Amino acid sequence: MAGISSPRPCGDYRTSYKSDMTIFPSRNSLYAAIAGLFLLLAFPMIGNDYHLSLLIQIGYYSIAAIGLNILVGFTGQISLGHGAFFGFGAIFSAYLNNATGIPVFFTIPLAGFATAAVGLIFGIPAARIKGLYLAIATLASQFILEDFYARADWFSGGSSGSLAEIVNFLGIDLDTDQKYFYLVLFWLVVSLIAAANLIRTRDGRALVAVRDHYLSAEIMGINLTKYRILSFGISSAFAGIGGALYGHYLGFVSVEGFTLGLSISFLAMIIIGGLGSVMGSVLGAIFITLLPEFTEIMADFVLPESIADGKAYVKEMSVGAAIILFLVFEPEGLAHRWKLIKAYWKLYPFSY
Amino acid sequence: MNWDLLFQLLINGVIVGLLYGVVAMCFVLIYKSTQVVNFAQGEFLLLGAWVCLYFLVEYELPFWIGFLLTMGFMAVFGIVVQMLILRPLIGEPIISIIMVTIGFSSFMQSLMSWIFGNSAVSYPQIFEVEVVNIGGLNVETAYLMSIAMSVAIMIIFFLFFRYSRFGLAMRATAYNQQIAQSLGISIKQVFMMAWAISAVVSAVAGIIIGMVSAVSTALSFIGIKVFPAVIVGGMDSIVGGVVGGVIIGVLENLAEFVDGQYLHIGNMYQIAPFYILIVILMIKPYGLFGTPDIERV
Repeated sequence: MAGISSPRPCGDYRTSYKSDMTIFPSRNSLYAAIAGLFLLLAFPMIGNDYHLSLLIQIGYYSIAAIGLNILVGFTGQISLGHGAFFGFGAIFSAYLNNATGIPVFFTIPLAGFATAAVGLIFGIPAARIKGLYLAIATLASQFILEDFYARADWFSGGSSGSLAEIVNFLGIDLDTDQKYFYLVLFWLVVSLIAAANLIRTRDGRALVAVRDHYLSAEIMGINLTKYRILSFGISSAFAGIGGALYGHYLGFVSVEGFTLGLSISFLAMIIIGGLGSVMGSVLGAIFITLLPEFTEIMADFVLPESIADGKAYVKEMSVGAAIILFLVFEPEGLAHRWKLIKAYWKLYPFSY
Repeated sequence: MNWDLLFQLLINGVIVGLLYGVVAMCFVLIYKSTQVVNFAQGEFLLLGAWVCLYFLVEYELPFWIGFLLTMGFMAVFGIVVQMLILRPLIGEPIISIIMVTIGFSSFMQSLMSWIFGNSAVSYPQIFEVEVVNIGGLNVETAYLMSIAMSVAIMIIFFLFFRYSRFGLAMRATAYNQQIAQSLGISIKQVFMMAWAISAVVSAVAGIIIGMVSAVSTALSFIGIKVFPAVIVGGMDSIVGGVVGGVIIGVLENLAEFVDGQYLHIGNMYQIAPFYILIVILMIKPYGLFGTPDIERV
């Protein structure tokens, strides 16, 4: 996996491990994060419904993308089955609520745990194989899970799908986008904090060590098998929560939505956002969610009337094209670009 | 036990398996000589089938001319893809290479549905006789041609790598790029050639499948089915690709038979190869003919 280098300005004045490990490098960045959070909290009062629904989409996709980034960006294992895990969360949460009557508010985290368990099972091949072979094994798990959803009528409702109840929190039905937004925001913040802190723990460092050089990691006493499989579990937990939020937002879970295409768009998010960057996962989710909207607007201007019916295809093509262009021109993603821009302002007018 | 059906399915399995074998060979060719895992192999196949169909239907060319034009187009296409997309990524980590071919595959999929539409289209009649009788069995001419073409492609591959200069250069590159380069082999040429050959041969497979059934977007799924085949055979063995293809073809038809007769689960045909894939990866990750990675520190 590519070493994710951080372009720090010349002269690194950190003198202790503590200052090296802070989440917020300066007081200002902490304030900026808090201000951003308040801005988002106020958004439902000012934004319109359409923008709100886009933000909710970005929210649950970000959560899943953060999970995938833990697996791919931090542990260096490629997964082509993340879409299926996302789907498991959605279906499981709806199923648990319909079958047992546990309130949806609690089935969302429970779906996270259940998906983690499924992820651990499908992560078992990681104990033995890595790299390309592992990618192909996860490709197989994508198809096996998809097939299971289509088959298991008791679990997923089969081809007719199943209903997902609206979330009820302390007697308030979160039935409008405005209310649901806060639930997604809550889980997004929880995921961000969890992921950012995971990297600072012993286990998180072990994952990064496995990515950077697995033989050295093993020699230093890191249990490779354990951390490789564990990373599948952690990543799936995020996917499950994201999926559950997706299911209850739509109110209906159809088994057809969780294809290889979805797995690919998750991978696209983290590649475009930046591998090994928590913030990058969110940036990538924003990019991939807004890209079709943007192409739609552009297509209205650029495409002549005669081929306007091809707009849907152009939208699909834009995702593939974005992946290729980013890999060729900016392999380290938006997070890297953002750092460069920050460094530029900080150091202006000197180049370093 | 329905012996007739079983026999029929086994024959089907071999026919389909040989085609998987051909596509697997193309996949292995690219992997072995350029270290690129091509997730877009299915799109190459589909593109070839569509382009040939286009020549035949739009311009009403005779089959052989359309076929040759398609070959030429695919060779250029393969080279262009290699130059524009894969060359900038030489030396990048494996995830970038996997992702770029996945991105390319989804790009091509939408582009092709845009240009050629989503519905299945059959090839015009090419053979005058539809069914031939061999030893009491009625065999469709298209199937016979499919077997003949697959075997012919395999023999050409063998001769090419064994006796031609270019084949030798490609084998040398696959063995060790640096040494090959220092002996005066142009790695650039070898890479372009690998992609061109792979695109052309996949297109042939696509045209054959198009003639046997019909051309539709679903054909590109064969590019995914190739993975079980190459894993069974070993990722870096061309012989392994062929053997793996036949094994997967036969096994999926057997799964279909067992399912249809006893289990009644449905859809086993599509999904059985992936169970096989995981089992093989767990017990013998380098397949039947692959070389294990030995890492020295």
